[in-house]
Amino acid sequence: MCCGPMDSGLATLSRPGMTERFDVTNTILDINNLVVSVGKKPGGHKIIDGISIQVRERETLCLVGESGSGKSVTSLTTMGLLPKGTLVPTGGSVKLVGEEILTATDRRLRQLRATQMAMIFQEPMTALNPVVPVGRQIDEVLRAHTKLDARARKKRILDMMEQVHLPQVERIFASYPHRLSGGQRQRIMIAMALVLEPKLLIADEPTTALDVTTQKQILSLIRELQRDHGTAVLFITHDMGVVAEIADRVAVMRQGRLVETGPLDTVLRNPTMEYTRNLLAAVPSLVPRPPREESREPVVLEANELSKVYKERAFFGKGREVVAADKVTLTLRKGRTLGIVGESGSGKSTVARCIVRLIDPTSGGVRLAGREIADISRRLLQPHRQKIQIVFQDPYRSLNPRVTVGESIAEGPINYGVAHADAIKRARELLELVGLPADAVSRYPHQFSGGQRQRIAIARALALDPDVLVADEAVSALDVSVQAQVLDLLDEIQNRLGIAILFITHDLRVAAQICDEVVVMQHGRVVEQGPAAEVLTHPKEAYTKALLDAAPGRNWDFANFRPVAEGVGASASA
Amino acid sequence: MGVVALFVFLLLRLTPGDPAAILAGDNATPERLERIRTSLGLNEPLIVQFITWVNKLLHGDLGTSLISNLPVMKMIGQRVEPSISIALCTIILAVIVAVPLGVIAAWKHGTWIDRFVMGLSVLGFSVPVFVVGYVLIEVFALELRWVPVQGFKSISAGFGPFFERMILPTCALSFIYIALIARMTRAAMLDVLGEDYVRTARAKGINEVAVMMRHALRNAAVPVITVIGTGFALLISGVVVTESVFNIPGIGRLTVDAVLARDYPVIQAMILLTSLVYVVVNLLIDVAYTLLDPRIRY
Repeated sequence: MCCGPMDSGLATLSRPGMTERFDVTNTILDINNLVVSVGKKPGGHKIIDGISIQVRERETLCLVGESGSGKSVTSLTTMGLLPKGTLVPTGGSVKLVGEEILTATDRRLRQLRATQMAMIFQEPMTALNPVVPVGRQIDEVLRAHTKLDARARKKRILDMMEQVHLPQVERIFASYPHRLSGGQRQRIMIAMALVLEPKLLIADEPTTALDVTTQKQILSLIRELQRDHGTAVLFITHDMGVVAEIADRVAVMRQGRLVETGPLDTVLRNPTMEYTRNLLAAVPSLVPRPPREESREPVVLEANELSKVYKERAFFGKGREVVAADKVTLTLRKGRTLGIVGESGSGKSTVARCIVRLIDPTSGGVRLAGREIADISRRLLQPHRQKIQIVFQDPYRSLNPRVTVGESIAEGPINYGVAHADAIKRARELLELVGLPADAVSRYPHQFSGGQRQRIAIARALALDPDVLVADEAVSALDVSVQAQVLDLLDEIQNRLGIAILFITHDLRVAAQICDEVVVMQHGRVVEQGPAAEVLTHPKEAYTKALLDAAPGRNWDFANFRPVAEGVGASASA
Repeated sequence: MGVVALFVFLLLRLTPGDPAAILAGDNATPERLERIRTSLGLNEPLIVQFITWVNKLLHGDLGTSLISNLPVMKMIGQRVEPSISIALCTIILAVIVAVPLGVIAAWKHGTWIDRFVMGLSVLGFSVPVFVVGYVLIEVFALELRWVPVQGFKSISAGFGPFFERMILPTCALSFIYIALIARMTRAAMLDVLGEDYVRTARAKGINEVAVMMRHALRNAAVPVITVIGTGFALLISGVVVTESVFNIPGIGRLTVDAVLARDYPVIQAMILLTSLVYVVVNLLIDVAYTLLDPRIRY
């Protein structure tokens, strides 16, 4: 134990007697038959329904599940951070080093937080207070829990910041969060969580909002710190790739219940439960699907040296120029799928938006079905808009909540002169095409799940019979099982309608499964492009290699329940 | 400011009504009317009038009142102290009372405390200021005789008399500002309390007061400061009703009197002064933003 001073107050409460008992099993967190319900009244809906998990010293337990499985609620219950009055633990127990959390006073919980248990969150962008320098935010932990003087505190913080491999710690100490990158902010969060060497670290999707290369660094950082400090880690994620990277043991949750728990290798190789099998089978493989034969169909979309420069005007001095897209050239043939892959800030969405003319390109050309559309006026563009349609990332925000699904789908055709009744009739057919009941036309978006909404968004895009469908991270917000279904749907629609798809994604697994060709972008430039099977298995450029290397769980072929190496020859002979 | 000056000038010249006629009275002969016009420069072309006015303005001369023949500068000077005193006292009282109320209401969101504060705030909005004023006079001045009924004493006459006469108008006026600021604070705090960094702060194990003050309130401050600032500007430029109820010789009443008498120089000066106050207050608000939120840069 090296966390001396701040422990002096609590030592008498938790230490004696416990130590011997827990040395036997080393159990740090013991959740037993936990029930969490909505509201205080008995009979309220159970969000968590009788789950039991244990996390031991030096162990990482991955809590995996799709949205709504209750994994975050489990972690918040452990920290005592459930929203008061709305979610209430109604049964079972949560023990931290033998001490019951559920019945602890608020005061005691505050003492335990940061000293015994700490948490890092999903969004490093919003998890830090924007108006307080990061050093002071870490300092707050020390001031609340220790009696160290200012110099000792600062020394300890700088030391911790070095342990999380932040550069120029003195400068970052005084920086405000908005000056730091997402990865740096997450490092600050980790430093803040571990500065008092808690026994338990809860990490709630800590890398989900980060780019893969940053994700890889953060994952190895957590591993490293865990090894050095012997921390028990409860790691919450929806991403099987991340699980494969970091877990010692895995607990699979579904709708508030524990489905299956076991060591990593056992769960990935021999899942016993149907749900786990399906979950693993839905993870898209990083090994590209067998390439389709080369297309001789006409080119429907061409971007020629497309550039977009954002000029930032400054009041004093020179303005800044940001080149979001730099001379991007690509071609897309009828019935094919072209993927644009890259990390955030690579310019992939900018390119998509320029092509659809949601924003105006600074220079370069876009030919849509043989017609140049990059520089024609909005009015002249109108007849061409219907040939290219876009599906956005967030199905919860891209449909107008006050308009029925049918009207949303019919709006486009009506704008182009189709009679209302005909447009609604077409909407019903399209809903069936995307696998929804035809009578969904009269319902509102909030009555559908995320996956269903994305189907509606696809139906809306198809209503105008476009030549090109642009999918801008269209499956990124969806759970893997739903994601697999939507990918299948896009594939089916393409086979049936011969539509061309421009697919923008940050996820190489998804790209490998749906794209014929891929374009890899970085800092607004195209780094590498070519057939997906070629680029994703034998990348030529260092950046593409780094991207592939950073893809979590790249050594696992989840759908076939084996490591990729064992499958070579069977499916990955490309 | 230049635009405001031009706009004010033209607006006043374009509104119907002739100051010369008012000055001369009902029985004036046309010759007398003409003489007054000439002496006031009202017969010159508009552009000449404007240039003369701006030229004087830049030399610090706001002109002479058409009615009282006193320099406008002096007239306003006499009235500034009461107005600023009221505005400052009101805003200080309002902030001291309203911000904690709003914070507590947001903290205890959904409880009876929250409902009580919000009820109070609805009351503050709906009761007209003169009603509050007369009720306060009735209770504290006439019944209890704790303070004088009305009037104003300069602070140079001693803090006691000044404060005695300040208390009731300040209370009456601050009622509505308390309602406004408390509401704003509560809404901004509720927004902020849902933020991730507040959850992070709680996860650190620091106490609730520190969570509220250090993490939530500072982030909620921007909209609150805006309301306080604009409220202050409104107060400076005159609170006619309050000044009338408590018989205080402030800027509000000066403005109303000038408008009724078509005293152009005074009205022009008042509008310029008001817009100057707004510009300065907005500048201060912007400066406050950058101090509160390091992300805001100009």
